[in-house]
Amino acid sequence: MPDATFLDTTELVLNMGPQHPSTHGVLRVILKLDGEKVIGTECVIGYLHRGVEKIGENRTYQQFAPYVDRMDYVAAVSNGLGYCLAVEKLLNIEAPPRAQVTRVILTELNRIASHLLWLGTHALDIGAITPVFYCFREREEVLKIFENYCGARLTTHAFRIGGLQYELYDGFEEQVKAFCDMFLPKVDEYEELLTNNRIWVARLKGVGILSGDECKEFGVTGPVLRAAGVKWDLRKAQPYSGYEQYDFEIPTGENGDTYDRYMVRMQEMRQAVRIIRQAVDKIPSGPIGKTPKVIKPATGEVYVSIEAPKGELGYFVVSDNSTQPYRVRVRPPSFVNLQALDRMVRGGLVADVVAIIGTLDIVLGEVDR
Amino acid sequence: MASTPWEGELPAQLKDRFGDLITECATYLGQNFLVAKPDAVIPILEFLKLEADFDYLVDITAVDYPKRANRFDLVYILYSFARNERVRVKTMIADGVQPPTAVNVHTGANWLEREVFDMFGIQFAGHPDMRRILLPEEWEGFPLRKEMSIIQQDDRWVRENLGIESGQ
Repeated sequence: MPDATFLDTTELVLNMGPQHPSTHGVLRVILKLDGEKVIGTECVIGYLHRGVEKIGENRTYQQFAPYVDRMDYVAAVSNGLGYCLAVEKLLNIEAPPRAQVTRVILTELNRIASHLLWLGTHALDIGAITPVFYCFREREEVLKIFENYCGARLTTHAFRIGGLQYELYDGFEEQVKAFCDMFLPKVDEYEELLTNNRIWVARLKGVGILSGDECKEFGVTGPVLRAAGVKWDLRKAQPYSGYEQYDFEIPTGENGDTYDRYMVRMQEMRQAVRIIRQAVDKIPSGPIGKTPKVIKPATGEVYVSIEAPKGELGYFVVSDNSTQPYRVRVRPPSFVNLQALDRMVRGGLVADVVAIIGTLDIVLGEVDR
Repeated sequence: MASTPWEGELPAQLKDRFGDLITECATYLGQNFLVAKPDAVIPILEFLKLEADFDYLVDITAVDYPKRANRFDLVYILYSFARNERVRVKTMIADGVQPPTAVNVHTGANWLEREVFDMFGIQFAGHPDMRRILLPEEWEGFPLRKEMSIIQQDDRWVRENLGIESGQ
């Protein structure tokens, strides 16, 4: 065997996280490197595991509702909607029209807030400092609407089983409309900063490609799936909360790379505004929904899922005809999507790992539950 | 409300193909599910994927019924993009039984099965990486089993690794 020279490289195992600014929470990734090339990864997760599913079995249906907000804490409204829909399905009831339209408005506002947080931090990871300030500026306006509505900005607990938590405040419609008018030009502004920026394009195009078939193989959903060219969105495929009444497009990409995922999410923010504008004009009057204090769904099990900002968020709820769920299973989009990380980074450069974690848009509170 | 029989082309095909291995095809609140013998689950997943377009494994989870002889319900949730349809495949297994892994049919089953193992202690035979995923590897006990109380923890692990008497 020839003697090793200084040019010979050996495989290097590098630890990234759990305390790392660009892992978006406490995610630890162990990277196996050959020079700068990634030849394998392993994710270590669970640092934020709080046993949400166990808590669900030990609380009544209503008591558990605030807990779900703490999974994907940047999209708490979506979490709450999914849970409420699942329990309503189990009870075989539906929220009244006023509640349904309001739910759509708040959920779409939350989608914008979630995408803004993704855009700001993703750009920051890549090295663009400015967008994060702009994104947080606009996100603040969404959070103000939430605060006016329910007093909370992040873990909102906006809905209750069977309807809404609160009646809408005076001036809600005006504030939402004003936000929509203000926000659309801002999306153009972000795009001006990034879309044709040479560094941005160079860092994103062709990075972390995941094809449509690979997405299906892993069960990856949401913007990641759509960026791979699969036109699938639960709001269209299996509409809930009256999404079938709204006119909107499903943005898709072609190459399934990081750049396409960026474009898909930018378009989704515009589509969210489009939905909100249609909904806010036709909030019907009427009750906001009321259920008895004690609910005991008949014995049985249901699986209900919604299109959360990150992908398919599902709740599998089993009832044994008591006041507490017998079992609550959360199907978290972030957890399932994160599984594809290894496939996406293999063969790429170590610098791209940061870009790919950002583009997956995971929230560790939801991965670990 | 009770579940009603699930009728149509797909359940008929499944019954035809698997016969007694499928014990029930039913619909509850508009959601279709079938109950199968443990050995038949992987062939059914394969059949549904290859011949009925159920190409997206949404979730794998378990439910614990400690009083039953076959204490665990193992639930596979499937979706078909082409048919825009969901189906749940359910099977019942006893404690200690090792059901075969679904990784060879759906790659995404890997982490989902690891989570089921982590929370319920169900080992999947043939799984490429059957380790805990959310809890620490040396942790003892399976939290989502019904005999585990909500505040119960692995005291030894907490003492040795965190240097405190109790995490509660």
